[in-house]
Amino acid sequence: MGFDPTIDYPLGSRRPDLVETPSGLALDDVTLETARAGTLVAADIRATAATLVRQAAVARAAGRPALADNLERAAELTCVPDDRLLEIYTALRPGRSTAVALEAWARRLDGWEAPLTAAFVREAAAAYGERGLVGA
Amino acid sequence: MPEASARFAARAARELRRELLVTPLPELGLVAMNGPADPEPELVVDGGRVVRMDGRDAADFDVIDRFLVTHGLDLEIAAEAMALPDLALARMLVDVDVPRFELVRLARGLTPAKLARVAGLLDPVELMFALKKLRARRAPANQAHVTNLKESPALLAADAAEASARGFAELETTVGVARYAPLNAISLLVGSQTGRPGVMTQCAVEERRNLELAINGLVTYAETLSVYGTEQVFVDGDDTPWSKSFLGAAYASRGVKVRFTSGTGSEALMGHAEGMSMLYLESRCVSVVRAAGSQGVQNGSISCVALVLSLPGGTRAILAENVLAAWLDLEVASGNDAIASHSPIRKTAKLMGQFLPGTDFVTSGYSVMPRHDNTFGGGNYDADDLDEWLTIQRDWQVDAGIEPVGEAEVTRVRRRAARAVQAVFEELGLPPVTDAEVEAATTGYDAGDMPDRDRAADVEAADAALERKVSGLDVALALDRRGFEDVARAIVGMQRQRVSADYLQTSAVIDAEGIVHSAVSDPNLYTGPGTGYRLEGARWETLQALPHVVDAASLGTGGGAGAEIVAAQGEALPGTDPAEVVIAVGPAFAGEIRETINGLDHGDVLIALMEGVEEAGGVARLVRIRRVADVAFIAHDGAGLSGSGVALGIQSKGTAVIHRADLQPLDNLELFGMSPLYSLESYRAMGRNAAGYALGRRVGPVPTELDNFARAKLIVRTTLLHARESRAASRGAAPVELSLARPAAVR
Repeated sequence: MGFDPTIDYPLGSRRPDLVETPSGLALDDVTLETARAGTLVAADIRATAATLVRQAAVARAAGRPALADNLERAAELTCVPDDRLLEIYTALRPGRSTAVALEAWARRLDGWEAPLTAAFVREAAAAYGERGLVGA
Repeated sequence: MPEASARFAARAARELRRELLVTPLPELGLVAMNGPADPEPELVVDGGRVVRMDGRDAADFDVIDRFLVTHGLDLEIAAEAMALPDLALARMLVDVDVPRFELVRLARGLTPAKLARVAGLLDPVELMFALKKLRARRAPANQAHVTNLKESPALLAADAAEASARGFAELETTVGVARYAPLNAISLLVGSQTGRPGVMTQCAVEERRNLELAINGLVTYAETLSVYGTEQVFVDGDDTPWSKSFLGAAYASRGVKVRFTSGTGSEALMGHAEGMSMLYLESRCVSVVRAAGSQGVQNGSISCVALVLSLPGGTRAILAENVLAAWLDLEVASGNDAIASHSPIRKTAKLMGQFLPGTDFVTSGYSVMPRHDNTFGGGNYDADDLDEWLTIQRDWQVDAGIEPVGEAEVTRVRRRAARAVQAVFEELGLPPVTDAEVEAATTGYDAGDMPDRDRAADVEAADAALERKVSGLDVALALDRRGFEDVARAIVGMQRQRVSADYLQTSAVIDAEGIVHSAVSDPNLYTGPGTGYRLEGARWETLQALPHVVDAASLGTGGGAGAEIVAAQGEALPGTDPAEVVIAVGPAFAGEIRETINGLDHGDVLIALMEGVEEAGGVARLVRIRRVADVAFIAHDGAGLSGSGVALGIQSKGTAVIHRADLQPLDNLELFGMSPLYSLESYRAMGRNAAGYALGRRVGPVPTELDNFARAKLIVRTTLLHARESRAASRGAAPVELSLARPAAVR
């Protein structure tokens, strides 16, 4: 059955069949039993990009485009390593990065197949340039 | 110097006067709303590009303006929305026939100046009504603060469990020492899921650590993302709208619910308000929050509340900022966490703005422990205030998110949580939690009652826990091994929520069955009376059943047993002795009811009255009036039977009147209405005075005390006693002569 963002939320209670962990474990198998058996491991407990894209669709259908955009960027960021996330955040802080450095991050995000976030970083770089918030 | 007035001095000594009230100083941003330098709302669009907004040309846009025109404004809607007159929009906010979704749609096209201008047109009651209408989620909820000065894991777990059992939907902790974070997060997780499955938790710490806790499944939400209304303050806070928005997405990518933080007064406090009013700058903040894609905001001045309250209209401005956030379709955790005032009256007056309409989280942190242990510097309302909070909910029939729970259940759940965290610490090789800690956490008052821990060992263990990535799943398995299977399942349930990510939608909370209730699945559809969330049915039963509520039917039923006090001697007839003073008692006196409201035995009271009459040279005679329960008529009827024409009437609760036959029934010689204050000596004095009137002497009134609180304290008992006296009355029944049934020796 397909996905309808106007009626399938909450996914966890209405459409658990659509949700799985990064390794492909079904949502309904996220249980104490699978944890005891060792088939559920901590590193596998997180939302996938597909799930976040669906949540973005739910938000958009509910009339929340900015939240939807954010969740789409979040979906992209699932592929970005934890440490890199914090490095990008730091790079976006005022006066931390040159325009060149921010562009380098944008390119890396393109490499992680995160075009929306890459565009977001480029947009920030442009604004920072005009407001004197780029680093030396 | 004016003349000194003792009344001014008394007022100056009150707690309120520890606070400074100041006149507005707009150039420093010390103006609550409608500041003289706030820009005129405007939006000029040319070729699909914003060329001017709120008094600035595009070339002069700061980072906030730039972010808003890129991510915040829907230019198609703006053409329609900005053209609406301010007053028309303001009236729509309070028009039940304009639904929330229409207002939210229009807000996507409004500039910050327009939003602030419109909100500024509403008076306090209109703001409350707008807030009620604009809240995102159908039902209000509340958030708790859970911290303690010793960072005691057992106490954190016990407080978290109690908070969850009391119905808080979210619990927030923090750390005094940053490295404690994993231990505090574990304690909160274990405690919360012991108290009620589904309660969300956070540990407010620096971003890197916070993200690590989230990735490991030890916390589920964060609200530490602060935004500000001027570029300079934003940059001084070491962020920009882009960095904060990115961080929000980063948290969401790890399955963390994110709520931003902002509030009136922060720009003035940080010295760069640029001459603008607090509400206008906050309008910029919440506009950025929405544009950044956050589902919600913690706002309502938060830590700057006392600064805003120093200004005229401060309380109103804070309510207006909550309204703006809700209008922008954001989840609102509406402050009321930092101490707003020394004065309980003043801070509660402020609270009502959010309490009565109901917000997504009425407080951004109700201190479930005594405020002394609140390391957020919060504790506007704390553990000691719980009964007041619950009573005010009951008074107004309003759900402000806290449930009454009795002592037995609270201690049970606290002990279980402390035991659970003890087991987890042992299983995970963390420094042991002793039995003494479990006991103190269960029944103690605050961290002062907790045994000291080896804090150096705790910090080392916390570092190691972070290093080896102790996860929520590890905690669940540890609990499972130690027999806390239900808590283990609840924690796995929270891990499952991180996979489905439903709680990333606006205003999400999770119920005990793991179902997510958010503005998507459970929206506020209020459109006037008969619609929306109303406190009724089972929930109303729950919220009115405070543990100390007394069953009215059980009150005033004391007595009725024991030896007879008086004996009936047949119908009472008019007397002839000019020294006679009738003591006329009510229908239930010394019969069905046996003591006064003050606990004086009716027999003792009669003896005191009779002795008083006799001491003053009168002759006392006892009569029961049976036809009425009203003290004036009891006394007046008695006077009609008295040889002197003077009688003292007394009701069962102890209220007495001295009457004379020739007066109108509702007139009297002396009324003694303060029955809770009377002693036997008082009744003796009343007897003396009654005899004095009978014998035509000069009589000074019996000195009486005044207790202005007697009514508040005793009106319920008074009502019940009077009801029983009234039930004992029988219309038309003749008066009866009485004698004391008690042996003379007792007299």
